[in-house]
Amino acid sequence: MNAPSITTSSARSPAVPTRFDLAAALKDSAKSALIAFGLSIPIVAYRTDQSGADLFLNPRWDMVAIFCAIVFGLRLAQHAFMASRAAREAVPSPTQATELVHAEPSAFQKASRFGIPFFLGVALAFPILIYLIQGGLNESRYWVDLGILILTYVMLGWGLNIVVGLAGLLDLGYVAFYAVGAYSYALLSTTFGLSFWICLPLAGILAAFWGIVLGFPVLRLRGDYLAIVTLAFGEIIRLVLINWVDLTNGGAGISSIPRATFFGIPFTAGEGGFADTFGLEFNGMHRMIFLYYLILALALLTNFVTMRLRKLPVGRAWEALREDEIACRSLGINTTNTKLTAFAIGAMFGGFAGSFFAVRQGFISPESFNFLESAIILAIVVMGGMGSQIGVAIAAIVLVGGPEVLRNLTFLQAVFGSGFDPNEYRLLLFGAGMVAMMVWRPRGLISERQPSVILKERKAISGSLVKEGHG
Amino acid sequence: MRWLQDPILDVQHLTMRFGGLVAINDLSFKAGRGDITALIGPNGAGKTTVFNCITGFYKPTEGMIALRKPDGSHLLLERLPGYDINWKAKVARTFQNIRLFSGMTVLENLLVAQHNPLMIASGFTFLGVLGLGRYRDAEKEAIERAKFWLEKTRLTHRADDPAGDLPYGDQRRLEIARAMCTDPLLLCLDEPAAGLNPRESLELNELLLSIRKDHGTSILLIEHDMSVVMEISDHVVVLDYGTKISDGTPAQVRDDPKVIAAYLGVDDSEVEQVEAEIGA
Ligand SMILES: Nc1ncnc2c1ncn2[C@@H]1O[C@H](COP(=O)(O)OP(=O)(O)O)[C@@H](O)[C@H]1O
Ligand SMILES: [Mg+2]
Repeated sequence: MNAPSITTSSARSPAVPTRFDLAAALKDSAKSALIAFGLSIPIVAYRTDQSGADLFLNPRWDMVAIFCAIVFGLRLAQHAFMASRAAREAVPSPTQATELVHAEPSAFQKASRFGIPFFLGVALAFPILIYLIQGGLNESRYWVDLGILILTYVMLGWGLNIVVGLAGLLDLGYVAFYAVGAYSYALLSTTFGLSFWICLPLAGILAAFWGIVLGFPVLRLRGDYLAIVTLAFGEIIRLVLINWVDLTNGGAGISSIPRATFFGIPFTAGEGGFADTFGLEFNGMHRMIFLYYLILALALLTNFVTMRLRKLPVGRAWEALREDEIACRSLGINTTNTKLTAFAIGAMFGGFAGSFFAVRQGFISPESFNFLESAIILAIVVMGGMGSQIGVAIAAIVLVGGPEVLRNLTFLQAVFGSGFDPNEYRLLLFGAGMVAMMVWRPRGLISERQPSVILKERKAISGSLVKEGHG
Repeated sequence: MRWLQDPILDVQHLTMRFGGLVAINDLSFKAGRGDITALIGPNGAGKTTVFNCITGFYKPTEGMIALRKPDGSHLLLERLPGYDINWKAKVARTFQNIRLFSGMTVLENLLVAQHNPLMIASGFTFLGVLGLGRYRDAEKEAIERAKFWLEKTRLTHRADDPAGDLPYGDQRRLEIARAMCTDPLLLCLDEPAAGLNPRESLELNELLLSIRKDHGTSILLIEHDMSVVMEISDHVVVLDYGTKISDGTPAQVRDDPKVIAAYLGVDDSEVEQVEAEIGA
């Protein structure tokens, strides 16, 4: 056992810089961005527009900023990629020498450590940043709307992460709980006039109930069988919503769902509205910004609860279940209940997100809850790295925000023709992204697992040791 | 004959059939409280199947498996749901092919083993999520217990490493530590010395003796290595083709012609090994 340890460790330490030097990478990326800035001044910064006989110079500094940001991001990503590859090549694979695979903090982990406060800060300040950049409330409407959309998917990804990432149960019908939550709010508020804050927990409870209903028949299923049954469950819920016309109004959906209020104060123009109460000038954007912070709070709640659960016995039992169900049973863990709680809690957060969706849209129909949604949410979880919270958030931003950003890059239309709508290529991009991921990071963006408890020293666990579960 | 007067485990007329194959045939034996009982026999004799019946992974075709608690009450293991055999009847086991939670750290493995008491302490999660209740103290206690067993199995320095990264011998000991963290009355070990080198095997003997002596845990042991069996066990039960062929103290079993024949009929190297080790 000693011989390989000597050879491998000596081969590893001196030659390759396995540690990711974040400061140097940032510096280098900033340099690259500066060069891009310099280059784009003559090329991009001004556009010449002809109007009649006159030629106008139109400044396009926002384009320059986007270019620089892209160059910076790509360069940083390149550094991270190179560093992680170097580290991977330097460390022998676990099958070669089981003793020596120390889970050194990798580039992505370091990036995530620095990334969490960064992302949180950006998320909290987002509406203000957008307001400043766009120079007005109405101008920032699109961006705040996009922020809300992304955060909804972040929350859904985190909810599904409990079932798929922690408990290792493949759930292809997660959108069913999203639908249950949305219809719960829509029906409770339109029929009984209950307020959003009362409906929210009710929607969560109802979704959790349906999570358990789904959980029971699938308890004994594994792998492909589990995937098929959950897929069917998602479709059944959608078909019930379409066909139970008396209750759900069928395919026509439910409209005029009560809008969100600021803890009872409606966002209306007149007397007693939000703007009036706080002495502001009325603007529809107030409601949007409120919705933005509402979904941010809900998403952070999901994250907070998940992080807490991971350190509680249920969370550890979920992960143990993913690792080895038989060993769990031999240690006195009731695997049935453990799986059901995973389904129920995951579904509950789906239900919360659903009622948020209903209150935001004001209109819901079964078509919002098709299989594609489930697939997107699952793709977010898988791409993010199963079980990794920050990875899921990044994947949601990339998968949901990416196509929208592409749409805004006008030069793409110059390249691909004026009718080009990247949103129509969303699935293509998804597919390409997934294939690329499976080639380069088959275990997701952030595959390392963080231990839930430590005795002396925090060491991340290499993704190659973590099992994916049996379903 | 402690196993007759104060048995912790009483197996009666246990039969297990897989289709036409009779893996265990009308097996009856007792394991004494505080004893190290060895279950031996050639490969395929049905030893692991006996363990799987005791620990609830298989439902026996016929027969009864009774666990006698210290207060004299009986629990019929074949009627308990699988997870209750550990939690209510306090029977823990290890596996012939090690089953650790390889993506979790060594310490986490030992905390998962204390799931049920921790679950109660966290108010079945409801209090724990809110940060209420005495979960923090309970977790500290659980970590202390884990530290004790890490010390005992000499794994303290690997506490924060993933279990899948440990060398084979350490994984075997970790599995024993994990089983002991459930605070069992009866510990069932399926070939714990398989794949260990002689030094590790000696350490294992000491560990098992100390578990028996310091914790009052009775041990039921499947073992191929005759030196281990003869040295540490108080009582040996020999299986061949699912049938019990001998039952007694190591000395009695060693001299039993049926046992020698069973091993003779198997495999030359194994016979030589047995003969060398028991000095027959
Ligand atoms: N689940 C099962 N299905 C069918 N046959 C089994 C099963 N488990 C064990 N057996 C058979 O029972 C016999 C005893 O196996 P086992 O208990 O593993 O032997 P060992 O004494 O080597 O541990 C073998 O013939 C094995 O093939
Ligand atoms: Mg066996």
